[in-house]
Amino acid sequence: MDLFTASNVTKQYAAHKALERVSISVQEGTIFGLLGPNGAGKTTLIRIINQIIAPDEGELLFQGRKLLPQDVEKIGYLPEERGLYKKMKVGEQALYLAQLKGLSKSEAEKRLMFWFSNFEIIGWWNRKVEELSKGMQQKVQFIVTIIHQPKLLIFDEPFSGFDPINVNLLKEEILSLKESGSTIIFSTHNMASVEELCDHIALIDKAKKVLDGNVKEIKRQFATNTFEIRFNTFEGELRTILPASFEILESAIEDELRIARIRLPREAGPNDLLTQLIPHVTIYSLNEIIPSMNDIFIRVVTEQKADS
Amino acid sequence: MRKIFLIIQREYLTRVKKKSFIVMTILGPLLMAAIVIIPIYIATTTNEMKRVAVIDETGFFHEKFNDSDNIKFHYLKTDIRSAKEMFGHGEDYALLYIPRTDVTLPTNAILYAGTQVNINVRSYIRNVMSRRIENLKLEAQLRDLSTDKTKPIHVDDMLRSIKTSVNISTIKIGADGEEEESYPEVSMILALFGAILIYFFIFMFGSQVMRGVIEEKTNRIVEVIISSVKPFQLMMGKIIGVALVGLTQFLLWVVLTFIIIIGVTSTFSTKTISDTTQQQVTYQQHQVLNPGQLITSGQESEKREGVNHVLEAINTINFPVMLGSFLFFFLFGYLMYAALFAAIGGAVDSESDTQQFILPLTAPLILAIVLAQFIIQEPNGTLATWLSMIPFTSPVVMMVRIPFGVPYFEVAISMVLLLLGFLGTTWVAAKIYRTGILMYGKKISYKELWKWLRH
Repeated sequence: MDLFTASNVTKQYAAHKALERVSISVQEGTIFGLLGPNGAGKTTLIRIINQIIAPDEGELLFQGRKLLPQDVEKIGYLPEERGLYKKMKVGEQALYLAQLKGLSKSEAEKRLMFWFSNFEIIGWWNRKVEELSKGMQQKVQFIVTIIHQPKLLIFDEPFSGFDPINVNLLKEEILSLKESGSTIIFSTHNMASVEELCDHIALIDKAKKVLDGNVKEIKRQFATNTFEIRFNTFEGELRTILPASFEILESAIEDELRIARIRLPREAGPNDLLTQLIPHVTIYSLNEIIPSMNDIFIRVVTEQKADS
Repeated sequence: MRKIFLIIQREYLTRVKKKSFIVMTILGPLLMAAIVIIPIYIATTTNEMKRVAVIDETGFFHEKFNDSDNIKFHYLKTDIRSAKEMFGHGEDYALLYIPRTDVTLPTNAILYAGTQVNINVRSYIRNVMSRRIENLKLEAQLRDLSTDKTKPIHVDDMLRSIKTSVNISTIKIGADGEEEESYPEVSMILALFGAILIYFFIFMFGSQVMRGVIEEKTNRIVEVIISSVKPFQLMMGKIIGVALVGLTQFLLWVVLTFIIIIGVTSTFSTKTISDTTQQQVTYQQHQVLNPGQLITSGQESEKREGVNHVLEAINTINFPVMLGSFLFFFLFGYLMYAALFAAIGGAVDSESDTQQFILPLTAPLILAIVLAQFIIQEPNGTLATWLSMIPFTSPVVMMVRIPFGVPYFEVAISMVLLLLGFLGTTWVAAKIYRTGILMYGKKISYKELWKWLRH
């Protein structure tokens, strides 16, 4: 079931179009990656979901009905541009932000205590924010984002400002949030984390959605029927033993073995490649090359550029 | 509603807990008390002899003005016109004119002078005149009683009916003989003081709002907050929170100032004892007439006298009206400007970028305070009236005018216009604010602001 859908959302700023008829649907209990180059319109879409700005056109549905102002209490948002009041005490500030999300003071206090001890920052409760390291501040920020147990969580570039150890901690938290039933929209440039975390993605470029779907399916779809084979070195030329329709992309020698990437014609499969090679060489391994999200991202965006 | 309350609460508490707030709260009353006490001190220390010429057309006050330590009276036999012409050529400090009254006892007098009339002189004349008239009334009542012995005696009614207040208007005679109504010093001090206070409060708390908005923007917390509340709620919460800080500060100032003034004046009062026979009489008389207000004179009580004159002059000001209108014009003047200050804070990235917007915004306020000294000379003139209607200048200019007396309907119109001004600027400010707070790292021009406004 879809927890959130946006259909045909359009937003026009004075000078440029930020979003043009963008539709996404986010399934309950999944992680949805919102990808795109800088200035593509991701943040605009996220702000629209958070009702910070209103779309010019388009429909937003939350839990199957129209998105309402009070739904902000069911959404947790970690913006890309984020921060805290520097002069305010950590605990006081967390309480304030939690109450703004609709929690009662006592409930907020109880939950904050739990999370602060979980993240081992309980000793910082009475310290001013400016005394905290950047990573600590990010932890506090993360806690206040999820403290009201929102149905939908939106993270805009959540990993920026974290060191690798804390990035892992955060990834684990995000995955455990998903397990406990939260739905997450996740905007990032970090494609490795997309492959690790996301179930679905939408790629936005120049205000339009250019790609959308299940991560595994997209990767399949972008697979180019390319295989990497490792075999013993031999006297002949690889080119001469393969049909012309088999394209050799790369060929190199590594640890006394030859490695080659070969793209097959659409109708051919790995067995066809093996049949061609086995009479001549000893095969050590054969793998299909599946494009990374990074490759797909770059490919789609450059194609878009070429089109326009 | 709960959320806006939370915002107000945070804005209020973080500010009143600051050291700077506590320091200001203590320094303010000291300054204000000094403003009240210094004129008293000056009034008690000037010993320069002042000659006052008297033209009494009524004849009631013949030889009643006794010379005091620094006022000498002499009576003129000429009519007022030639006296005025003569005035300025002689050594007279002031010319007291008591015009003829046909039916009633005279309770009006005009005091002509080349400069602003000293409070001591005015107050002394007022005392002498009201005492004399009260005596006359008392005599008449006693005569009635002695002729009609059956009439019942109601002492309270009698005392009430003889109580008289004398109205002395002061007119300044210029070097060229031009006449111009002048106003009591206390009104002037109050006028300037109220105006400066409002000017200062609007500036101080307006820029606090602006800095608060910039802080939220540079801290990058603003987007976190507006994912929970509407930008308008955040803006109004901040404005109202800071307004409450301002009111708290003001009320603390008023209370502490009164405590200081009462403390200082009561140490003055303990020094006074006087006992020449004549003074004893007037003393007792006044104690009977008005037990709260003891009036004495004499060398030992000079200081006491000065204090009384100033306090008495202060008493002639209608404080509830002053305070009420001050609170209104402060609050709404602040609210109107604060919204615009918030808009500036939202539009810029750092405080150093604010200059180009602050100057045009505060120009009307600065103009008003600069013009205040001229408005004091002519508080009911055309310029004063117009400026006290335009919402951008009215908070300051109306405060200048009110101590001199302004028709109620003018005050009411001015208040309504200010209210409309507040709604207008808030509407404009909200539009700029909600776009501005989400813009980072962009230099904002007026053209850009206009676009946001129209969007």
